[in-house]
Amino acid sequence: MTAQTAPTRADAAPLPLASAGARRLVVVGCGLLLLLGLSWISLFVGSGSISAGTVSDTLSRWAAGDLPAGARDTTELLILERRVPRTVLAIVVGAALGLGGVLMQALTRNPLADPGLLGVNAGAYAAVVFGSATMGVTIGFAHVWLAIAGAFITAVAVYLIGTSGYAGASSAKLVLTGVAIGALLSGLSYAVTLAMPTVFDQVRFWSAGSLQGRSWDELNAVLPFMMIGALIAALLPRALNAISLGDDAAVALGARPGLTKVAGLAAVTLLCGAATAAAGPLSFIGLMVPHALRMLLGPDHRWLVPLSLLAAPVLVLAADILARLVVASELPAGVVTAFLGAPVLIWLTRRKAVKNL
Amino acid sequence: MTITEVREEAVAELPQLQTEHRLAAADLACGYDERSVLKELNLQIPEESFTVIIGPNACGKSTLLRSLARLIRPAAGEVLLDGDAISSVPTKQLARTIGLLPQTSLAPEGITVADLVSRGRHPHQSLLRRWGREDEAAVRHALEVTGTTELASRAVDELSGGQRQRAWIAMTLAQQTPILLLDEPTTYLDIAHQIEVLELCTQLQRDGRTLVAVLHDLNQALRYATHLVAMREGQIIAQGAPEEIGTAELVREVFGIDSLVIEDPETGRPLVIPRAAAA
Repeated sequence: MTAQTAPTRADAAPLPLASAGARRLVVVGCGLLLLLGLSWISLFVGSGSISAGTVSDTLSRWAAGDLPAGARDTTELLILERRVPRTVLAIVVGAALGLGGVLMQALTRNPLADPGLLGVNAGAYAAVVFGSATMGVTIGFAHVWLAIAGAFITAVAVYLIGTSGYAGASSAKLVLTGVAIGALLSGLSYAVTLAMPTVFDQVRFWSAGSLQGRSWDELNAVLPFMMIGALIAALLPRALNAISLGDDAAVALGARPGLTKVAGLAAVTLLCGAATAAAGPLSFIGLMVPHALRMLLGPDHRWLVPLSLLAAPVLVLAADILARLVVASELPAGVVTAFLGAPVLIWLTRRKAVKNL
Repeated sequence: MTITEVREEAVAELPQLQTEHRLAAADLACGYDERSVLKELNLQIPEESFTVIIGPNACGKSTLLRSLARLIRPAAGEVLLDGDAISSVPTKQLARTIGLLPQTSLAPEGITVADLVSRGRHPHQSLLRRWGREDEAAVRHALEVTGTTELASRAVDELSGGQRQRAWIAMTLAQQTPILLLDEPTTYLDIAHQIEVLELCTQLQRDGRTLVAVLHDLNQALRYATHLVAMREGQIIAQGAPEEIGTAELVREVFGIDSLVIEDPETGRPLVIPRAAAA
């Protein structure tokens, strides 16, 4: 019968797939430019008045290998041991949270899913606070493990509670469960820090989501976990595309929703646990980035997954730079992301219908 | 190259549909919790048929279809494909043989028709095999057959119910399976769109596919099916050509109502007219 159908113009034109077209190249190009530009700016802003000339000079000498570790003055140390790792950390923390958000929204088919809203970051934070209180854990590998364990337990608990019961899984129910559990864990963490001043000192700045005072140690401690999480995520985009059509359709297409969800949850746990261990609970990154990317590129995870690694670092870098500029004594970056993210959340929930993904 | 040549080349690239697949249920039993929904049910789906399953609510027709689509694991018995249990067939291979139009479809917000249809290519791709000419040809073909080529760049959210259902059918066609299962494909559609979807099913069957659908409307089932399966309480009461088994006795036995069965002046098929209760 196809032979009788008159050929139409659309036959010869390329299929209008979202993954095709010049738009994605523009998005990638803009993303790269912003990332480079903001990374550069991030090296020049901060406490202590260091002139731009000194920064460039130090960086170029460092890049040329002309600045051995033993022979650095205070200013050079500040630039190389604080500002550079802080910038790199903003990039990797952003990438981890953005990717975590994309995965979570895809796995739950819930446009409001966010590692912060669903309590995962609060779980990671609480685990570290309890660990510091009971075992005296400080920054390092043990700290990261604790954060990841906390993230995992919270993610599983929120998912189980939020999807059980007669009404089944709904966006609102899952988010409410996440917010409730997150609030409970934050409250408990707060109580512990109030009762134990030593713990309070350790987690004070970290608790609001901050990149201040971070060094290469934190970066080295969390990076392996994020890499594993990102590698798992790299295997998932096609399966995520299949399960976004519903579990029944996904099975019929030969995907395995159960396996995909387990792998995706593992990746989310590693990414968000590690990000929280490094920077504290930064909220809304995982909510905003996937939405922005979907608006630009459509709902194809073969693009959303890699581009979240570009877009989210841009957002975190921008938030961290703002945090350093707005107030003389520095805001935690988490406060800035909350200021940006809260209106976005309100806008998303107020749209005519919060559709399932 | 002219437009026609491009199109013909695209169609010629399509692999021939294999039609020797035979789907069957052998001693199939299914149940939610303790209640059994299907009771040792045996069924052979005739090749290249448009098989329609009918029956009252909760008779197990949807469960049967979902079992055939391996969405439900049977408590006992097997669903067989060419004599092999489908539980032993690799999941992607099965997805290249049996397609499914789910009862409720979830389209991601903002997805275009072309993107939705291209997701039907999932079982033909892998980490090593990327999107290629064959996939492109299959998507074009599916759009063309379902008359959705013109809609390709539209967002699925913006379509009418009938257009949306055609886009989803195109998605399952892009999967290029010789067998296609449809779970209540006309539910939520108005009469014009119901007819549109059923006519499309007939056309797909005539192209050489095997279709199995669950339908609610008895007269539509009698009109469009080439093979009718009537179920009640988890068992098959009767099956065969609609002209042969579409009788008032069957309607009473399956649905428990008295009816008058006349010849549909439009098609010559049986047409069921329920009798008024007070008559």
